[in-house]
Amino acid sequence: MRTSYKNVTGLGSAHKGVEHYVKQRVTAVALLVLIPLFLLQFLSSFTSGYNGVMAWLGSPFGAAVTFLCISAMVVHMRLGVQTAIEDYFGGFLRTLGLWLNNLFSLALWLTAVYALISINFGS
Amino acid sequence: MVQLTLPKNSTIKKGKHWPAPKGADPKNVRAFRIYRYDPDSGKNPRWDTFDLDTSQFGPMALHAVIYIKDNVDASLTFRRSCREGVCGSCSMNIDGRNTIACTKPLDEIKSKVVNISPLPHMAVIKDLVPDLNNFYAQHAAMQPYLKTTTAAPDKEWKQSIEDREKLDGLYECILCASCSTACPSYWWNGDKYLGPAALLQAYRWLIDSRDEATGERLDELEDPFRLYRCHTIMNCTQVCPKGLNPAKAIGEIKKMLAERAG
Repeated sequence: MRTSYKNVTGLGSAHKGVEHYVKQRVTAVALLVLIPLFLLQFLSSFTSGYNGVMAWLGSPFGAAVTFLCISAMVVHMRLGVQTAIEDYFGGFLRTLGLWLNNLFSLALWLTAVYALISINFGS
Repeated sequence: MVQLTLPKNSTIKKGKHWPAPKGADPKNVRAFRIYRYDPDSGKNPRWDTFDLDTSQFGPMALHAVIYIKDNVDASLTFRRSCREGVCGSCSMNIDGRNTIACTKPLDEIKSKVVNISPLPHMAVIKDLVPDLNNFYAQHAAMQPYLKTTTAAPDKEWKQSIEDREKLDGLYECILCASCSTACPSYWWNGDKYLGPAALLQAYRWLIDSRDEATGERLDELEDPFRLYRCHTIMNCTQVCPKGLNPAKAIGEIKKMLAERAG
């Protein structure tokens, strides 16, 4: 038999959460600038077809904007999905969900970075 | 963890209908659909409908509930004490919104039938009485009293008028639990998330110029569940019968923690 106070205090405070909170906001603000910039540049490169897109992605500015936009988006997505998993799942499903979220985010980011490197430095 | 459907033993059945008293003017008769649950019966909860002559009691929802207990069904169970918005005992869900029954005027309720149920997503002890043990323990865990290291002065801890004004909108909480039990985050994770009422209380002491335990208090709050389960849904602020703003207080705590982290 546990007291309500024992249940509420539980294992104590995890002493974390600020970083998540700040990162979520910083990436949100960054994406406010990066997403319109990326979309404008990316879509305008469409007018010159496949070669135009590849040329833009291969330019230092295009590569930098794409890298920053994808990086911020992946971090923001990972944090958001993490929150949703913590809200709606408990026990094993929560742990599994958090693992999958981390792995998926990492895979997504590495794939994008690999593509950018291939375009910029590939033969 | 989220729970979107009621467990089998909590699904609400149709209950008894209590007709209006003979001779009542039909213009004054209004139906009150009230959640009933008797743990001793072993039966599921039910909706009882009471047709009441509204000319026989006062203007507030609490008047109607007291009238039922006194004149129709003495077994109806609910909490109440001050009947003037000070004690926070008579909190319940009226017309789909958490509030305290004593300050909820019936003529504000637009629907024909007045629905009254206990505070949502809490274990029900009987009828309109929820189990608030966890809620009170969360308040106690906030250590809602002045904590100091400096030796107590001979007379009193002094506070400037400006610093005292910072406590306005925070100290008035009557612990009715309307806010916390209106919060989806509290529904899903009420075991770990402290909820708006406890966090409002925490901020009341964090912002108190006389309290010297600010750092320790922030340490205890810095947790993904205790504090950061608040997603600024703001149901708390919408329902608070005292017009307080727990969502803002929680936002201020998050700002303090971000400032501390640098």
